[in-house]
Amino acid sequence: MKFSESWLREWVNPTLSTEELVAQVTMAGLEVDAVEPVAGLFTGIVVGEVTKREQHPDADKLSLCEVSDGTETFQVVCGAPNVREGIKVPFAKVGAILPTPEGKDFKIKKAKLRGVESCGMLCSAAELHLSDDHDGILELPLNAPVGADVRDYLKLDDQIIDVDLTPNRADCLSLKGLAREVGVLNNLDVQEPVIESVPPSIDDQYSVELLAPSACPKFVSRIVKGVDVTAETPLWMVEKLRRSGIRSIDPIVDVTNFVMLEQGQPMHAYDLSKLSGGIQARMASPAEKLTLLDGQTLSLTEETLVIADKEKALGIAGVMGGEHSGVSAETQDILLEVAYFDPIAIAGKARNYGLHTDASHRFERGVDHAGQKNVIERATKLILEICGGQAGPVAEAIDESAMPQLKAVELRASKLQQALALELPKSDVTNMLTRLGLQVTETDHGWSTIAPSYRFDISIEPDLIEEVARIHGYNNIPVTTPNMDLGLTLKEEVKTPLQMIKQYFVDVGYQEAITYSFVDPKIQKLIDPEVNGLELANPISADMGVMRSTLWVGLLKAAEYNLNRQQESVRLFESGLSFVPTDQGLVQEPMIAGLVCGTRCSKGWSNDTQKVDFYDIKGDLENMLSFNGVSEFTFEVGSHPALHPGQTAAVMKGGKQIGLVGGLHPQVQAQLGIKQPVFLFELKLNDVREGVLPKFAPLSKFPAVGRDLAFVVSEEVSWTQVANIIREQAGSNLKNVTLFDVYRGQGIENGRKSLALGLTWQDPSRTLNDEEISSWIDAVINALQESLGAQLRG
Amino acid sequence: MANCGAGKLENLQSLVGEALKAVEQAGDTKGLDQVRVDFLGKKGRITAQLKNLGSLSAEERPQAGAKINEAKQEVETAIRAKKNALETLALAEKLKAESIDVTLPGRGQRTGGLHPVTRTMERIESFFSNAGYQVAHGPEVEDDFHNFEALNIPSHHPARAMHDTFYFNASTLLRTHTSPVQIRTMETQEPPIRIVCPGRVYRCDSDVTHTPMFHQVEGLLVDKGVSFADLKGTVEQFLRVFFEKELAVRFRPSYFPFTEPSAEVDMECVMCSGKGCRVCSHTGWLEVMGCGMVHPKVFEASGVDAEQYSGFAFGMGVERLAMLRYSVNDLRLFFENDLNFLEQFN
Repeated sequence: MKFSESWLREWVNPTLSTEELVAQVTMAGLEVDAVEPVAGLFTGIVVGEVTKREQHPDADKLSLCEVSDGTETFQVVCGAPNVREGIKVPFAKVGAILPTPEGKDFKIKKAKLRGVESCGMLCSAAELHLSDDHDGILELPLNAPVGADVRDYLKLDDQIIDVDLTPNRADCLSLKGLAREVGVLNNLDVQEPVIESVPPSIDDQYSVELLAPSACPKFVSRIVKGVDVTAETPLWMVEKLRRSGIRSIDPIVDVTNFVMLEQGQPMHAYDLSKLSGGIQARMASPAEKLTLLDGQTLSLTEETLVIADKEKALGIAGVMGGEHSGVSAETQDILLEVAYFDPIAIAGKARNYGLHTDASHRFERGVDHAGQKNVIERATKLILEICGGQAGPVAEAIDESAMPQLKAVELRASKLQQALALELPKSDVTNMLTRLGLQVTETDHGWSTIAPSYRFDISIEPDLIEEVARIHGYNNIPVTTPNMDLGLTLKEEVKTPLQMIKQYFVDVGYQEAITYSFVDPKIQKLIDPEVNGLELANPISADMGVMRSTLWVGLLKAAEYNLNRQQESVRLFESGLSFVPTDQGLVQEPMIAGLVCGTRCSKGWSNDTQKVDFYDIKGDLENMLSFNGVSEFTFEVGSHPALHPGQTAAVMKGGKQIGLVGGLHPQVQAQLGIKQPVFLFELKLNDVREGVLPKFAPLSKFPAVGRDLAFVVSEEVSWTQVANIIREQAGSNLKNVTLFDVYRGQGIENGRKSLALGLTWQDPSRTLNDEEISSWIDAVINALQESLGAQLRG
Repeated sequence: MANCGAGKLENLQSLVGEALKAVEQAGDTKGLDQVRVDFLGKKGRITAQLKNLGSLSAEERPQAGAKINEAKQEVETAIRAKKNALETLALAEKLKAESIDVTLPGRGQRTGGLHPVTRTMERIESFFSNAGYQVAHGPEVEDDFHNFEALNIPSHHPARAMHDTFYFNASTLLRTHTSPVQIRTMETQEPPIRIVCPGRVYRCDSDVTHTPMFHQVEGLLVDKGVSFADLKGTVEQFLRVFFEKELAVRFRPSYFPFTEPSAEVDMECVMCSGKGCRVCSHTGWLEVMGCGMVHPKVFEASGVDAEQYSGFAFGMGVERLAMLRYSVNDLRLFFENDLNFLEQFN
């Protein structure tokens, strides 16, 4: 809410500078966003009267004027189309200074314009930084005192203060409310304008039916006949509106806006001649049509409260009036509406129609439910003053049973003291709450209060605690630290911390990425075509429309981004949720995923330019998986639509697949526009993190026995197959099987490979003898021959 | 005989002289070894002198023997010294030949680094872990109840406008804060509760100062007798520890539906030490956190007795703290994942 400082000071005038005032209200919870002067910081501009105007002899578009400052007359050349004899204008005399928008001073000097001397300048509103209006010179009221300093005359030594109010403080969406707050903070009385009732001079009333009383329990109306809509809104009101960011439209609309700013109560004026058969406050019928003041036609929903006449909806209650029934230049008789709408009935309605108005902003936060009659009197008085006319009686339609009830809220001294760690004298609290407008009764335990009708945010004890804290000052509340039991918290040793896993990838050269959880549906489909990704109903853009089912989508995009920016080698990892819709519902699974491409080592002088391959990323994974004593992970041939069918392994744990590692499918790679092979992994974090507690096994004092063997097998035979058979056949004392060479080439048939292995046996209680070892080796050789067609190499 | 003897000794002296010269001239250990063999070996010329002792008289023999041994020792000492010198020289040459440019970079894969958001988040988590808080996580696709209703934000509430929410359908959404984790914790755990909830949150907003996804850490403490003063102390300490600076901190009344009283926390601008600069819009203050005492309706929705317990909650934007801490001037950099950016935090 924007307001002028001088307007506030008409109501309450603490001895504080602008800065101090701004700091004070900010610290009371009314955060000031901006303070700006209401006009440019010009000097030397007075009210001038154009006493004569004639055409410039040498320029069609220029006028030659005589301008009086009350004592002297000056010749001024002026280019504005609206300059004419008799008007009053801001006159910048020779020596006046106008700041430019760039902050430089522009000094008015005598000048010759097309050969004619000009002593000064007539100013537009824009030149005075009053508005953006460049169209002509600013016309001042005809009663403006000639010669007076324009700054004084327009009261321009003033600031516009923009306060950003939280939704609970609707009571401060008015000058009245702001003044009340400033009064409380400074312990000052507020000088409210006296509102006198305007006695009716005609009997006309309009019928009002409350057909949706819970949404609209009160509707105060008044007819004013014979108004002159062409009358001019007084300058003081135009300026107050302008300083609150509202443009002057016509005197009736200006008055309704002014009263809203002053009293916080939005109101509406109808052209009486456009209404037929009485007002109804009712819910809209389904798909009821309404053309609003701004020209757009809406199809309304049944949850929308409308103000209607017998034939049609006239406006969305509390949001915006209709085009048809509004005040126009031809309007003579008006009906004023000042209603109370239940905040819940209004809340969200404007937003549902893509609207946000000063009225909806106030009604959905709560408007004083006791002030309607006063407000209509205030508006009537102003309208009669400006536009003339005859007012009818104030008519109030009210359903008392649906009106908000003021209810008592208790504040216990013990709770207050506990909550704020502060003991305040009882009378201080009583005083604070009373100044805030609450009815306060001191009780044995504390205070019993009734909040005023304009405070919608006081309904429970903590609300009162907040008020006391706020007025006392948050920064005057003590600072302590919580006293708590020094209970130790459980930390499961077998759960590898995520931080440790992340740190591992960092140590082996991966950079952590954080990519958006919503991704481009096209890329999501390309990477994970078998999953129907979860779609957002209102994505921020089409390429962020679907939740990732795999972290690869974001990582690949990040890799592509970097490869396109001259990075030759990219290693990234990310941890976060994947979102996979299943028949059992959405699965949000914490994952860890990574990606490598480019060279194996960082580029350097030593020519280590080998490219990464599957075994690099697999090695990184194997080391990470061996954290925390786990050795039961295995790698099996796996498949995934986005991965190379011949370079994909499923990572298994306890017979369950917990992830995948593999090369990116060359077709997918090409579609992503990536020019080199990429290797990826993704694992379920919860399974990765689950480790085992170490359990000591006695150390053997007896020597281990090792034997090396080499077999030739077909290319299709996997190492896991070979290793499994060895483990089955080599006896329970087998400690270790290692593969130390894979050879293809000379001496080995095409389509076959030689595997060189080392086997180690050890018994905890004795030395193993040669016969035993030989029998195990024979068993291994026979089994490998039979099952896998392996030949022992000589 | 005496002449003969004297002649032999003279002979010995010149032999020694010859030997020392040869030692002197030996260029390497091999040559030096040859000198040893020539003079002191089994058939060496000085050794041969000992064989001549037999031709001397019994009186002459001991003296002559002693002289020969002396001569031997003299030559041996010279050889040893020369050997040492040669070895030292050879080692020096070898070392010289093996010298490398130690300023060349080492070989292998460089280490990577954590994302600055993670780095910041882990820092925040560790402070609170040390104070006995547990780290709690929750789903990011949330239901309306946990994200709004239970936090005292009913569907018509104006505060919903403050949360530009991503929806999947009328009741499923992307969490707009990590507060639902607090609700989920209170639903399942008896007080006392001390948790921090770090994680991704989402709001339908994208411009220079907003990204549609960002990170928050929220904290919750519920116990008997927890006060607003405790909240102030916790928040103040945290900010001073996080920024490693005795910062001025102030609390401003504010509004959140899930806390009452509520406060915004401003701290002295870390860029200008409160003097006023572009970063703090010349106010000297930076808004860094929201906080407050848990609203009774939130307790009610999550099954905690508000008469018996009280609690405070606070929440902060991780990117904002990271930007202030590491002087990052563009929020959007955090999610571009440009290695040139990320590597600056390694």
